[in-house]
Amino acid sequence: MSPIIIAILILGGIGILSALILFVVSKRFYVKEDPRIELIEAVLPGANCGSCGRSGCHDFACACATADSLDNLMCPGAGNEAMAKIADIVGLTATAAEPMVAVLRCNGSCENRPTTSTYDGPKSCAILSSLSAGTTDCPYGCLGCGDCVSACKFDALHMDPVTGLPVVDADKCTGCGACTKACPRHIIELRKKGPKGMRVWVACANKDRGAVAMKECSVACIGCGKCKKVCPFEAITVADNLAYIDFNKCRLCQKCVAECPTKAIHTTRVIKQVTVTE
Amino acid sequence: MLHTFHKGGVHPPESKLTASAEIIPVDLPREVVIAFAQHIGAPAKCELKKGDHVNRGDLVAAAGGFVSANVHASISGTVTKIDKSKTAFGLPVDTVTIVASDEDHERDLEAIKNPVALRSDEEIAKLEPKEIIGIIDNAGIVGLGGATFPTKVKLCPPPGSKPEVVIINAVECEPYLTNDHALMLQHPDEILEGVKLLMKAAGVDRAIIGIEANKGNAIDLLTQKAASDSRIEVMGLKVKYPQGGEKQLIDATIGKEVPSGALPIATGAIVQNVATAYAVYEAVKYGKPLIERVMTITGPSVERPGNYLVALGTNLKALIDVAGGVPADTGKIILGGPMMGKSAVQIDAPTIKGTSAILMLPQSEAKRNKVEPCIRCASCVSACPMGLEPYLLSTLSRFGQWEEVEANKVMNCIECGCCSYICPSTRPLLDYIRLGKTTVGGIIRARQQK
Amino acid sequence: MNPMLTISASPHFHTHRTVSTCMWHVIIALLPALACSIYFFGVGALIVIVTALLGCMATEYVINRWMFGNPDSTLANGSAILTGLLLAFNLPSNLPVWIVLIGSVVAIGIGKMSFGGLGTNIWNPALVGRVFLLISFPVQMTSWPLPGVNTWNYLDATTGATTLGLLKLGEATPDSISLANNAVGFMGGSLGEVSAIALLIGFVYLLCVKVITWHIPVAVLGAVALFTLCIGDNIGVELLSGGLILGACFMATDYVTSPMSHKGMIVFGVLIGIITVIIRKWGAYPEGVSFAILLANSVVPLIDRYIKPSKFGERSKK
Repeated sequence: MSPIIIAILILGGIGILSALILFVVSKRFYVKEDPRIELIEAVLPGANCGSCGRSGCHDFACACATADSLDNLMCPGAGNEAMAKIADIVGLTATAAEPMVAVLRCNGSCENRPTTSTYDGPKSCAILSSLSAGTTDCPYGCLGCGDCVSACKFDALHMDPVTGLPVVDADKCTGCGACTKACPRHIIELRKKGPKGMRVWVACANKDRGAVAMKECSVACIGCGKCKKVCPFEAITVADNLAYIDFNKCRLCQKCVAECPTKAIHTTRVIKQVTVTE
Repeated sequence: MLHTFHKGGVHPPESKLTASAEIIPVDLPREVVIAFAQHIGAPAKCELKKGDHVNRGDLVAAAGGFVSANVHASISGTVTKIDKSKTAFGLPVDTVTIVASDEDHERDLEAIKNPVALRSDEEIAKLEPKEIIGIIDNAGIVGLGGATFPTKVKLCPPPGSKPEVVIINAVECEPYLTNDHALMLQHPDEILEGVKLLMKAAGVDRAIIGIEANKGNAIDLLTQKAASDSRIEVMGLKVKYPQGGEKQLIDATIGKEVPSGALPIATGAIVQNVATAYAVYEAVKYGKPLIERVMTITGPSVERPGNYLVALGTNLKALIDVAGGVPADTGKIILGGPMMGKSAVQIDAPTIKGTSAILMLPQSEAKRNKVEPCIRCASCVSACPMGLEPYLLSTLSRFGQWEEVEANKVMNCIECGCCSYICPSTRPLLDYIRLGKTTVGGIIRARQQK
Repeated sequence: MNPMLTISASPHFHTHRTVSTCMWHVIIALLPALACSIYFFGVGALIVIVTALLGCMATEYVINRWMFGNPDSTLANGSAILTGLLLAFNLPSNLPVWIVLIGSVVAIGIGKMSFGGLGTNIWNPALVGRVFLLISFPVQMTSWPLPGVNTWNYLDATTGATTLGLLKLGEATPDSISLANNAVGFMGGSLGEVSAIALLIGFVYLLCVKVITWHIPVAVLGAVALFTLCIGDNIGVELLSGGLILGACFMATDYVTSPMSHKGMIVFGVLIGIITVIIRKWGAYPEGVSFAILLANSVVPLIDRYIKPSKFGERSKK
């Protein structure tokens, strides 16, 4: 026999043997999976952000496929439309949830909040916040290292190079809440997107007394309570020298916006004006 | 051959500018701000209200749990404010402000000049261990090396463990720091009495005082003074950082390794700082709670660097002014030593029990070098006194691989900073490892609560 | 009133050693061997060394500047110079300039920069270049100029075989080889590998300045000696000939491509030693250090994964 035939036989034999092993293994260890899981996964965003409370999109799809009701299952990333599709797939009904959006409770831009020290180290809010109050005097506000930006799986957060603050792209934001967990200062909040994207919120998280807060940042909430008095819907509470607007009660009348002496209350509209005029 | 610990370690320049300098008492301030959380553990609970009058040494806030400590007034005066004020790191904490009138001030000065012994030596000799621990507890004494762990907790070991030896930490391995050195030179007898009290309280009859070899005069002095008591051994140690770490010191002195995850008492050793021993003596003899301590105020361009005796609660800025003010070229102010101290953002803040030193570094030394890529030189692995792999832990932490971080024993890290110190690429190793340690610590606590 | 304070995490002190000081220490340690190579091989050695240095530096500069778009030159940290020097040390002194240049481009371009630059490569860049040339230009790469003769000739230097080559071909017996000549460097071979004494001086220097630890070189040499003893060959000849000492002290100890723990370093060194002897004894090539190091480099991630330093508090009780 010529060497060529021997070589062909040996290699071919190895090939056939391997194919046989693969075939047997794939049959023997085949995992039967609900075909609907794949359909559901196709609808999901696939970012594995974990905002549903599951360990990833596949886990969520499995949960949907086996659930008796979709009441406790909601993928904020995919939104109501996708949940309706999932409901069709599994033959259940999904209750529509109000869409949420991330909102930054700080307006301490470089201009409003003077820098008082420099930070030398890795660009990480978590590390900086464990060291000190940050590079400004305000121990509550944004640290500006962008942990939220790196946490966002939907490209909805960016650092503004001028203000040094993160900016939420409301169109891209799915309200998954990854940034709220990443922020060591807990100043990113999920709020209802509101009709036509209208929101009113206190863009400050400073709990210091008024005089101290004013010194730290020119646009800090000083807890004066004027907004609370003017609010016709009792949506505003003041605790620890800080006002908070309950988005379930707020009817977007915007009376508080005009009343705030430090311009700490923002609406989605005013923010645009501010950036234009200042 | 001098003893030392066996694994890792580095030798940073010692820079002990104020070695053997005498302790200078700082004039008693007219106003102090006293924080409730001056120790590891639960913050103390305030016992005063606005307008109350307190005497020097009166209780301000009572321990808020087992791992906690009392806090006392360091001057006589009237409480003018109970409010939040900012620490040197810019973070708001609960504090009480005490302001002394002229009369209060005079009285305090008189009391300092002529201290009245509360107990005679015979009475001290008769004290039961329980009573000594009670006095230490009441006096709010905490570990004065910097970690501020309540002393009484260490003296009450968990059931099942048997203390065999008290190890006195007089290593002072941090560069620049000389406060313990000065204390040893000036108060050797008091320290040895304190050591005896600690031995009695712990129920052991052996004590080792560990001192690094760069403090030869302190070794000689204490050896000579302790010659009369065979139970106390003064041990010179080879100069190596971090020998003052509790686990490293136990390794260096009695050659035992604290098992991973266990308390130091598992080796039968109770480690106390030398300044703590002094504070114990003062508390027992004069009934004086922990209201003052020795601090090193130093730096390459500080006008009058020295070891200062400071009433706790004194404003940092006032204190720095005593040493000649903040030098114009200052770029960084560190509370504690350069290896483990924390950098301050502002100096309008009160001193606390753990403030062992104020170090002012010039601009040229304040900034880190440029971060370069890791060249896998393994210096960090060789330098780590805990036998960890800093390069790996830091990378894993950076990318949030918490399970892997935990599996690689991040909780064993003592945050000594040898890895960051030695890294030729100036990588922020400890920055990320600390982040990993904090996060993993949180995960472990959450798991235990389940 | 306050100057702007800097905040950063502890430690606030830093050693003065940087990446470039480490690299320059190694370069200094190679100087005795460099002097020996020029003494033995003359102008040819000089040409090859200068070409390799310039080739490596130019490749690094071009890739870093124009492909990575990094405006800061990385030449100052000395790693490209070191690679160039080590590559030249692994080449015969009569190698034409164009082949040396190809070797430099491969060493830096493929061996280092294709992985992302300093610190990320898997294999020792100089050896990648050397082995590439050895396989691509076997004739030129294995014609060894005789030491100490015709030091003013470059390409037309008189050539001969290396000690190991002679042994392989059976043209010499271990007993006929002068160990003294081998130790001083009076033998054929790559231009930097010949003088064991000069290389050992450099090794001692590196130990003194604490740039490397003893673990890898001792493990390599120990493993070679023991294994040679087991198979009944002449230990002295095996240790002193070929690139073993250069490889053990300077190539295997390359930071980037060696393990991180001391235990891992010993395993790594033993592996190199065993593979070297196997290739020398039973392989087709007379010399196996380069291949041994490259093969051992490949398992470094595995070594780092499974061989961890012993942790404090896990020492078995005495």
